[in-house]
Amino acid sequence: MDSDHRGTESEQPVKVDLTVNGQQITADVEDRLLLVHFLRDVADLTATNVGCDTTSCGACTVLLDGESVKSCTVLAAQASGHEVTTVEGLASDGIMHPVQRAFHEQHGLQCGFCTPGMVMAIVSLLKENPHPTEEQVRIGLEGNLCRCTGYHNIVRAALAAAEVSS
Amino acid sequence: MIPSSFTYKRAGSAEEACDLAAEYGEDAKYLAGGHSLLPLMKLRLAAPEVIIDLGGLRDLSYVTDQGSHIAIGALTRHHDVEHSDLLAREVPLLAHAAGQVGDPQIRHRGTIGGSVAHSDPASDLPAVLLALDATLVARGTDGAREIPIGDFFQSLFETALEPGELLTEIRVPKPAGAGWSFQKFTQRAIDWAIVGVAVQGGRVTLVNMGGTPLRAAAVEAALAGGASPADAAAHAAEGTSAASDIRATREYREHLSRVLVSRALTEAASRA
Amino acid sequence: MSIMGTRVIRTEDPRLLTSGGVYVDDLRTPELNGAAYLSFVRSPVAHARITGIDASEALSEPGVIAVLTVRDMDDLAPPPPDSGEGPSEAPAPIGGVWMEPLLAVDTVRYVGEPVAVVITDNRYQGEDAADLVSVDYDPLPAVVGPAAAVADETLLFPAAGTNIAATHPVPTDDAPFEACEVVVEQDIVNQRVACLPMEGRATAASFSDGKLTVWHSSQNAQLCRFIVAGVLGMDPAQIRVVVPDVGGGFGAKVGIDRDAIVVAWAARKTGRALRWAETRSENLVGMTQGRAQLQHVKIGGNRDGRILAYRIDVIQDSGAYGRIGLLLPSLTCLMAPGVYDIPEVQTGFRLAFTNATPISAYRGAGRPEATAAVERAVDLFAAEIGMDPAEVRRRNFVGPDKFPFQTKTGALYDSGRYEEALDKVLAAAGYDQLRGEQRRRRASGDPKQLGIGVSAYVEITAADAGAGETAKIEVKDDGTAVVYTGSSAHGQGHHTAWAMLVQDELGIPMDQVTVIHGDTDLIPVGVGTYGSRSLQLGGSAVHKAALEVKDEARHQAAAILEAAEADVVLDTATGLWQVRGDPDTALSWAQVAGNTSGGSLIADVSFTADAPTFPFGAHVSVVEVDTETGQVKMLRHITVDDAGTVLNPVLTEGQRHGGIAQGAAQALFEEVLYDADGNPLTSTLADYAAISAPDLPSFELASSETPTDLNPLGAKGIGEAGTIGSTPAIQNAVIDAVSHLGIRHIDMPATPQRVWTAITEARKVSNQ
Repeated sequence: MDSDHRGTESEQPVKVDLTVNGQQITADVEDRLLLVHFLRDVADLTATNVGCDTTSCGACTVLLDGESVKSCTVLAAQASGHEVTTVEGLASDGIMHPVQRAFHEQHGLQCGFCTPGMVMAIVSLLKENPHPTEEQVRIGLEGNLCRCTGYHNIVRAALAAAEVSS
Repeated sequence: MIPSSFTYKRAGSAEEACDLAAEYGEDAKYLAGGHSLLPLMKLRLAAPEVIIDLGGLRDLSYVTDQGSHIAIGALTRHHDVEHSDLLAREVPLLAHAAGQVGDPQIRHRGTIGGSVAHSDPASDLPAVLLALDATLVARGTDGAREIPIGDFFQSLFETALEPGELLTEIRVPKPAGAGWSFQKFTQRAIDWAIVGVAVQGGRVTLVNMGGTPLRAAAVEAALAGGASPADAAAHAAEGTSAASDIRATREYREHLSRVLVSRALTEAASRA
Repeated sequence: MSIMGTRVIRTEDPRLLTSGGVYVDDLRTPELNGAAYLSFVRSPVAHARITGIDASEALSEPGVIAVLTVRDMDDLAPPPPDSGEGPSEAPAPIGGVWMEPLLAVDTVRYVGEPVAVVITDNRYQGEDAADLVSVDYDPLPAVVGPAAAVADETLLFPAAGTNIAATHPVPTDDAPFEACEVVVEQDIVNQRVACLPMEGRATAASFSDGKLTVWHSSQNAQLCRFIVAGVLGMDPAQIRVVVPDVGGGFGAKVGIDRDAIVVAWAARKTGRALRWAETRSENLVGMTQGRAQLQHVKIGGNRDGRILAYRIDVIQDSGAYGRIGLLLPSLTCLMAPGVYDIPEVQTGFRLAFTNATPISAYRGAGRPEATAAVERAVDLFAAEIGMDPAEVRRRNFVGPDKFPFQTKTGALYDSGRYEEALDKVLAAAGYDQLRGEQRRRRASGDPKQLGIGVSAYVEITAADAGAGETAKIEVKDDGTAVVYTGSSAHGQGHHTAWAMLVQDELGIPMDQVTVIHGDTDLIPVGVGTYGSRSLQLGGSAVHKAALEVKDEARHQAAAILEAAEADVVLDTATGLWQVRGDPDTALSWAQVAGNTSGGSLIADVSFTADAPTFPFGAHVSVVEVDTETGQVKMLRHITVDDAGTVLNPVLTEGQRHGGIAQGAAQALFEEVLYDADGNPLTSTLADYAAISAPDLPSFELASSETPTDLNPLGAKGIGEAGTIGSTPAIQNAVIDAVSHLGIRHIDMPATPQRVWTAITEARKVSNQ
């Protein structure tokens, strides 16, 4: 991909060592490499998207040690020694995670660009609050923007996934 | 979108962090949760040459009962402050306010110490800690010192922290009474406060009515003098210097401060 | 049982949910191996002469391959000098003195205008190097806002002598208004908004052996190829455009814009494969924006509720260049009277240039503006005569027996049941109970007041019906089918819908149907997805191709079975061909296709319709206004959106939901703002108030299907209807909430500051 973010010869790269979707990845990268670019360009996991540059939109949301974070506002170096889960790591043996399945069944996605971040945000939300009300889901998604769906079916997907998991 | 280049250093202890800060001086910035500093760096509004990552200092993340006060490690994340059973019981104002900061993802990373040290006038926790009469503990290469919250916020983005000084703990006295309220006025849930109000007992503080969090001194004096919440609230904007920006004019902010103080005082009274 | 009209979840989803969509910036195609990265140097000032560009510091940065400006475009027709004369194949439909260059020549006209490009080994270096390109600007006064533009004090294009690119003069005949008992006039702002697809603009390009390949996030690959060929002076056969997954378009990604064309040009110029993906900050100044009209409306009628005359005069802000020509205000004027049978309709517009981001299509493109204006006007008229706004509407609808209905503005509405739509939505909303609750809150002086807003709308879809759409179906000798569509989905679910059509017509199961779009090598002719045209034109093309494939298959099957064609039938439930009444003769699609000389059955068609279609509906918005702070909360939003026969309710509902949200965003939250020097104030998502989940309720959608005769599917377009209906309902609701204070109008967005200001002003007036 895009040159491997090793930086220039005048800068020492930093060595990072993370577990991504259960796989250990070690690499020498630029100190300033953002976690989202580490995932996309070094780990070659392109489902996680960049939607803004002010930590506003949530398209880059992944799980860091099981909790949702905006990977555009975490340095790869900060994540070294920790575990990252992206949407590509949710399904197991070809079986979709309940949140993924709920998105499919409830038509919770249209263009799909916000979807990986949205799914990971909801996975984290349901882990912390397994039986949210609609209002709690909406407020819980305040950091995730979608332009296509109007959020209606995303909220239904979250509530449906909560129901299935209970 | 991309910060300018810097050298990343990871501190293994508070002492090492201070030593690194002393070594690099003005060229270095501490990185806690990173959700105040990294956004600035990504827009290239800040470009430190050295970043000292405090993320490994897990021993600075705690919420403990010290008898007369609660001690909160500076690196305690907003999420953990929000969900602390101890704070829910003893200082519900702080637990509640921490749950209003940013969004869930931000609260999984941002820290109370980072927020206080950054001191954005639109942020919630500085004003809340001012209402709680907190004391801040900072350490430098010379040792540790206590800073009363009233001395901490000096001007826009300027605090009493000396260069290289590291916030290590926030001490929150257990409030005497049960009356508290936090009113954060935004258009959207994710927005910074257009205006905010924190009330704990007789202390009333304001978010985003000036370059620092402010005590609504005239309101407090009126209350102490026996005024009703509505009458006391009429003084909310006195002594403030609210900005005009795309969200609100100064005049509107002053109006909101009066409405929110009134609502906050009424709510606090209902809890007392 | 037919699959048509049933709820079918999307075939697109599993891939998008598990491995993610592949958007331009995700591409790992071999042609882009080792691609360099392109970054733009953009103007930080709104209006200035460029007096020098110094790239020396940038060129000495690590990883910098080249810095290019318009001076390097010596392989193109001469760039337009400042007077604007230039090649006629430029990407702007307005040419001549208003010509827009690819990279700025001597003048910049909006913050964000591309001035130079930096090509680096990687993205991070690109941002570093772009910061170091030093451009000297000699500032000129900025023309901020369309009112300033028409004053013609500072000219964006001095050779033109004016900022007004086009005028369609509004009639000034006041006689029809003088005959009315009541006349109301109002200035209305339909504010500039950002399209804000979650994926910004992104392009990659590779030039080798004389062939240019461009990967572009677009709503139509074929138009991209046409434009690139013209601008770069190439034979279209030497260009391949590939549109991968697209993260939203909303009209802003129709074709290909100047920034992306520069990427393609630079790939050819440098011989390096290149990638570019803009940041959100670039997107909020560099992607075209929407709406941006100043409107003056005048409405006249009698106290019995009958509207007799309506005039709208529009000043359309074009931004700094003319990306979409006269189309937006022309459509506004065309759709001005909306659903009402008004005897006298007067329209006019001026199109004016300002030192701001260029304006182009954004969900509704000219029709939301028309609807918002007339729906405000009707409410103003209702308030003036003291009649319920729903009742006023009822007294003025085009009656159900009047279709096809020719409007005074020249539109021919195909079908509609406007009063029925209103009745349905009012019933679903519980309108009378809502008015009762409103009365209670007013009587008790509740600081939180209830507002109920109504809108009734009609809109034009497939306005370019005659351009049609293409479809090719290939049924292979393994029994699977491939559909090549000229439509270009960017979230709409066409792959599911077209597969449903194939299953319904040919009995080939959906999971055996592959739909392909967006590659000019595979689909050289196509029109694309915009203007809510795809189901009625693209879907009808698929349907037409299916019928042709079926005819060809029948012919083949008859030959195999040695029967007359008239006796050969297809059982769509099983996908088997047989002689009528003789199941032992059953043939599969695989067998029939295998019987052809080429091994597959192919039909390649285009479908055109005779005229556009006119979906319609009515919305009710229920809001709560905190009169102490001006805060507005949407409590409920109820709609009827009738776009004819529904192919898949799941997809239709999704379009309605998304449309409502964008309409609500304009009514309550979003606005692109500039300061007095033309500097954008909302150029990041921290400042631009994009609508989010907690800002919205769940929506209540009622069903209504009034088919059209204009295509075999009976379908009109649903994509933009929700947006068109929602904005005015919500705006009207906010004003309704405080109308008892004497407030008649509040401009959008109805932010807390704006609402509070209106309340404060009204209280001052009533205290006098």
